[in-house]
Amino acid sequence: MDTPLIEFKDVTKRFGSRTVLDRVNLQIYEGQVTTIIGLSGSGKSVLIKHIIGLLKPNEGRILFRGKPLNEMDKDEMDECRAGMSYMFQDNALFDSMSVYENVALPLRETTNLDKAEIDRRVMARIEQTELGDAIHKYPSEISGGMQKRVALARALVTDPRIVLFDEPTSGQDPVRKNAILGRIAEYQRRFGFTAILVSHEIPDVYFISNRILALYQQKIVFQGTPEELEQFEHPFKDEVIQSLEGLQQELTSLYSKRQFKVRYYAQLKRETPEKTYVVALFTLEGMGDVIAALGHEAAQEGIRCMGTLIDRHFGAVGGFSARLGMNEFVTVLPYADLAEAGDILKDLIEDFKGQGIQDISARALRRAASGGCVEFTIRVGLAQGQPISGIDAIVESAKKQQKEVARLRCDS
Amino acid sequence: MTLNENSQNSAEQVRGGRLVSLLTWPFATMGRGFIGWVSHMGASTIFLCLACLKVFRPKQLPKIIEQVYYIGASSVLIIILVSFFTGMVLGLQSYHALVQFGAQGSLGTLVALSLVRELGPVLTAIMITARAGSAITAQIGIERISEQIDALDTMRIDSLGYLISPRIVASIISFPILTAVFDLIGILGGYVSGVLLLGANPGAYFYRVQDSLDFKDVTDGFIKAVVFAVIVALVCCYQGYFAHMREDGRGAKAVGLATTSAVVLSCVLVLIADYIVTSLLI
Repeated sequence: MDTPLIEFKDVTKRFGSRTVLDRVNLQIYEGQVTTIIGLSGSGKSVLIKHIIGLLKPNEGRILFRGKPLNEMDKDEMDECRAGMSYMFQDNALFDSMSVYENVALPLRETTNLDKAEIDRRVMARIEQTELGDAIHKYPSEISGGMQKRVALARALVTDPRIVLFDEPTSGQDPVRKNAILGRIAEYQRRFGFTAILVSHEIPDVYFISNRILALYQQKIVFQGTPEELEQFEHPFKDEVIQSLEGLQQELTSLYSKRQFKVRYYAQLKRETPEKTYVVALFTLEGMGDVIAALGHEAAQEGIRCMGTLIDRHFGAVGGFSARLGMNEFVTVLPYADLAEAGDILKDLIEDFKGQGIQDISARALRRAASGGCVEFTIRVGLAQGQPISGIDAIVESAKKQQKEVARLRCDS
Repeated sequence: MTLNENSQNSAEQVRGGRLVSLLTWPFATMGRGFIGWVSHMGASTIFLCLACLKVFRPKQLPKIIEQVYYIGASSVLIIILVSFFTGMVLGLQSYHALVQFGAQGSLGTLVALSLVRELGPVLTAIMITARAGSAITAQIGIERISEQIDALDTMRIDSLGYLISPRIVASIISFPILTAVFDLIGILGGYVSGVLLLGANPGAYFYRVQDSLDFKDVTDGFIKAVVFAVIVALVCCYQGYFAHMREDGRGAKAVGLATTSAVVLSCVLVLIADYIVTSLLI
């Protein structure tokens, strides 16, 4: 792998007699979304404050592109920090300034852009974060969720190369929470910045993260992909993941991936080898176009509705489901065959055509600038399996069987 | 040596240790206090020097104007009110004292010299401390505890240059102007009570005012005003900026304590500085 963009080598941080970070070693790579997970008070915010330079380690070194920060001269340090931006956990908005002034502040103070250009950039970010109605309001006059979006707009307005997000979704409802994560992922793809998140939102952050760092008992105990974290055997997984990860995913009310597997093994592995079951794999394709035309929240509303309908239709016949990826769902039907599953699927699609489209359009209407009509498709694959075969193999088989079952059109 | 003797010895050692610590306690406390004081003096000197250096950054003028409005223009009304009644009381008391010696003709001299040399700069500084200084500490303190100052640092906006330098410059501009307003209105106040209400000669009053005041009196008053401006701005900004490092409180309590300290310390330092500057100028 390349030289890490940021590397911690044996970093220790103490506050008085309390050690918060104890010989922490980690690597963060350029162009990726890296999420730091851990329990509340475990030192995640302290850790990222070392990256931006708000805190200095008592021991150890922090390297930026291989060069220790403490050996950099002022110009090098300025250059290193020039492309960084930080979104505070409590927003840190200036309460004597309006939303517009808060977002414009870094451009006004650190660039020589003219007023018109600053206005253009600020308004673009304000529109993207759906704050058009609040530009003249003060932070105390808007909700906590909107304040969070103002902080997000301010963090992104300078087009930074590295953005540190400290709990960017706290205090948001499930749709907005996922919309913010989706927005971070989209911006990261579009602008190619390196995103470093601190988050509790397990498993939602897995969908957008390239790498996960697990902070446990003052140390980084895991670094790797979300898939590798699934295989990771450590007390961290039992104590932290289980306590942070709800039994059901907040947005869709479906099982988390791990809980889904637990249920699968508990229910089907005890069955006789001859027993068959059906797996359905759903994919919402074209959600990128929905985001572009109607916004992140409309897209998340569609995902939420799909999850709810899958649970309602298949849960009624003993099925259990999980969200596998951003736009992907899986359902296991232990007591149904392919024909029954097909019939239920038809009803589900009909319901989605009504309820789902209505929900997406309603959410899209709340946007200041809505963007006309957009098409997306639902692809579904059905596969039959037996307990002897692993769930992953059956899901893979269902994926190969996927075909378009509906092409839907949304208007704002 | 028996176990009993051993425990007796250790008990005596503990008693001896307590006695030593009781005797050294006043020195230790004074020493800690002195080290703390030296540390604060050093920190505040560096703070002031850095803030002064950052005055000459670009984009400072609008912030300075904004602070001149806040510290200076917004304080005019209260300065007029206080100076007018100060002048009136001065006229009243001085008239009754002078009349016993048949020297009521010197009322203008007494009022003008008292105001321009001492009362004007000192009372102006104390009034601005109460009105604007406390607000500066509270505002900067809240910005500190709510991480707004950290946010400035992460945006590469120099927090000293952005928050402190404009306030110091604005104080240096505002204090002499407000002192001049105080002097002028105070003399008018003395005229109202001494001449209009008590019947002193109006011509003698203004003649004495004009005759007794040298240009040096006025410039000395302005020098004091500038010194007080630096003291008040430094103390109030410093207390707010480092509110989060107070050992006697955290959060909102720290801001409250910082504001109290700023006002008390500013007033005390203004009076001490008044004596020192007067003795140097006289």
